[in-house]
Amino acid sequence: MRTLDVCSTVAIMVGANTLQQMYEEMVTARHYEERLQEEYLEGKQPAFDISAGPIPGELHLAAGHEASAAGVCAHLRDDDTVTAPHRPHHVAISKGVDLERMTAEIFGRETGLSRGKGGHMHLYDPDVNFACSGIIAQGVPPAVGAALAAKKRNTDDVAVAFLGEGAIDQGAFLESLNLAGVHDLPVVFVVEDNDWAISMPKERVTDVDDGSQRADGFDVHRERVDVDDAVAIYEAAGEAVGRARDGNGPTVLEVQVHRRMGHFMGDPEAYRPDEDVELARERDSIERMEGHLEEHGFTGEDRAEIRERAHERVEEAIEWAKDQPQPDPEEAYEDVFTDELEDWPERRDRELAAADGGEE
Amino acid sequence: MAQVEEPGPEATDRELTMSRAMVEAIATEMREDEEVFVMGEDVADYGGIFDSTEGLLEEFGYDRIVDVPISETSFIGAGVGAAMQGMRPIVELMFADFFGVAMDQIYNNMAKNAYMSGGSVSVPMVLMTAVGGTYNDAAQHSQTLYGTFAHLPGMKVVVPSTAYDAKGLMHAAIRDDDPVVYMFHKRLMGLAWMPAPEGPKTGVPEDDYEIGFGEADVKREGDDVTVVTLGLHVHRALEAAADLADDGIETEVIDLRTLVPLDTETVLESVRKTGKLVVVDEDYHSYGVSGEIVARASEGALDDLEAVSRVTMPDTPIPYARPLENEVLPDADDVAAAIRSVGE
Ligand SMILES: Cc1ncc(C[n+]2csc(CCOP(=O)(O)OP(=O)(O)O)c2C)c(N)n1
Ligand SMILES: [Mg+2]
Repeated sequence: MRTLDVCSTVAIMVGANTLQQMYEEMVTARHYEERLQEEYLEGKQPAFDISAGPIPGELHLAAGHEASAAGVCAHLRDDDTVTAPHRPHHVAISKGVDLERMTAEIFGRETGLSRGKGGHMHLYDPDVNFACSGIIAQGVPPAVGAALAAKKRNTDDVAVAFLGEGAIDQGAFLESLNLAGVHDLPVVFVVEDNDWAISMPKERVTDVDDGSQRADGFDVHRERVDVDDAVAIYEAAGEAVGRARDGNGPTVLEVQVHRRMGHFMGDPEAYRPDEDVELARERDSIERMEGHLEEHGFTGEDRAEIRERAHERVEEAIEWAKDQPQPDPEEAYEDVFTDELEDWPERRDRELAAADGGEE
Repeated sequence: MAQVEEPGPEATDRELTMSRAMVEAIATEMREDEEVFVMGEDVADYGGIFDSTEGLLEEFGYDRIVDVPISETSFIGAGVGAAMQGMRPIVELMFADFFGVAMDQIYNNMAKNAYMSGGSVSVPMVLMTAVGGTYNDAAQHSQTLYGTFAHLPGMKVVVPSTAYDAKGLMHAAIRDDDPVVYMFHKRLMGLAWMPAPEGPKTGVPEDDYEIGFGEADVKREGDDVTVVTLGLHVHRALEAAADLADDGIETEVIDLRTLVPLDTETVLESVRKTGKLVVVDEDYHSYGVSGEIVARASEGALDDLEAVSRVTMPDTPIPYARPLENEVLPDADDVAAAIRSVGE
């Protein structure tokens, strides 16, 4: 288990460029979530209506999770595959997903990554081998599959599956550990432990404190980073990703993060003690990162400059996204298949409905 | 047909939302029978994401309102096992869309054990689950999947559309000796954050009562066109019917209420009268409820059938963006257009 003292020595081993890169991703992701929160709530006032406003549907924001994505993805290339769960934005940002098109997708626009069909839980960017999805532990087996493909093709690509600590009880995860273990696949399972699965605290649903212990039954490597610190995560992930790249098999890496917002927007969090909210706020990985930067000689001004650049990028992405056209309703019928079927789907009645409606 | 013996929704001034009505039935059964308990994700402190267990923790405690790990195969399968021991678990699958994680326990165990045992065991459990779209939650959180559950033999399947029915169907579901899949539409629950249409909030008598399975409800009588529907679309069909009445088209609206068993007779009676059938289903177009209703009407009333139309989701996954979801999800205008088209 990595503790704070270990990581302060480790900090020296991280290059200044990497530190700066991670910090920039983290402040980008944090600002992104804060801005999406604002945009989401716009149009949902005074009475919250989930289907209203510029971003409808559920929205799971990852404020407080940034260190995990920054620390892990610092070791990844575009060719490496990443799958993320329902809380994906920070991971997408650190994996280098096109921020403008991702934002357009979240706003349901025509030029979004999925042309408005996926929304925030279903972001796909094949250019950087990123995908996320909404069913718990669903992305884990496909990450194993990407690792399998890398092994079969004899490349040194790796795959990383991000999941919440609530997902370590799911069969799809446990079965994947075994499959990856028995085939020695180049995959890392990153468990983001934010203490909560919606309203259920970790200790209510599993008897292990350290979720990485799941690996033991499968003879898979494991580590838990017990501190919400990007540098500590960077170090542990370096080992895990390196091990995978060198053909030495999978790792479960659990990292402590914090949930700074509700499970989803609109979550009243009545189940959550105030002190827990307060503690999550205090344990801010971004502040911690600023400490590391300071040690590396970045001045307050340097940091402000990075922050400003990150904020600008976010603002531009949001502005661009909101300027994009809405999808044409007809597009709803496209993309069911790659090799499209003629006259699919059957729409006799709906055409009729449209025609009759038009006469009204 | 509405039950004659029981006091109806108009018998009381007390109006409840659908979620309150469901919870009232569960609480009543739990008070009467120690063997009834609730198990699911976020059913305790949260009270169910869609308020289906709101307030139960306070009365019954964590022993009987049980939060479970995100392990649907395990906790739904455990529900089956507890039910086979004679307990009466109410197991919540948070969204019907998640059934894939645990379908083996649902259709190979829960649904088949009575039969495979030659009737020597039974599985008296309720699997309650949230269904439906209309709020841009995209392809993995918006499905109804009515046809999927109703297709597989061994489960009774109920779909309330009002608070009155929700309570009566829940009482009946808990008391039933077989597995009952209780599919409630999110948009009908009366959630503070997802406004319900007019209609699902109804009078609900305080005393317990059952809605018998296999009794469709004729929500509106009419001689011109029969509309058969369920769930949220009962209300959309009623809206369409009210609009068309202004133009002199009299629509009969039938709420199926239960899919297994299916009240074929009420459908046939209506079709024999009108000769025109529109089936409205939020589920996918092919191989589902809409096809089944048309098949039964053809088998039972072919000579009377003059025109048939289906208003459904097309055979595409459900898209996220508002204009796209609006396009595929049948609304009252789509229903009205279909009624007009067969009415001509
Ligand atoms: C199979 C399945 N069951 C339940 C859900 C509903 N659900 C969405 S997020 C969530 C909690 C997940 O907790 P965790 O994995 O810890 O991730 P976090 O939200 O804390 O980031 C649940 C139960 C789901 N999406 N899929
Ligand atoms: Mg969590």
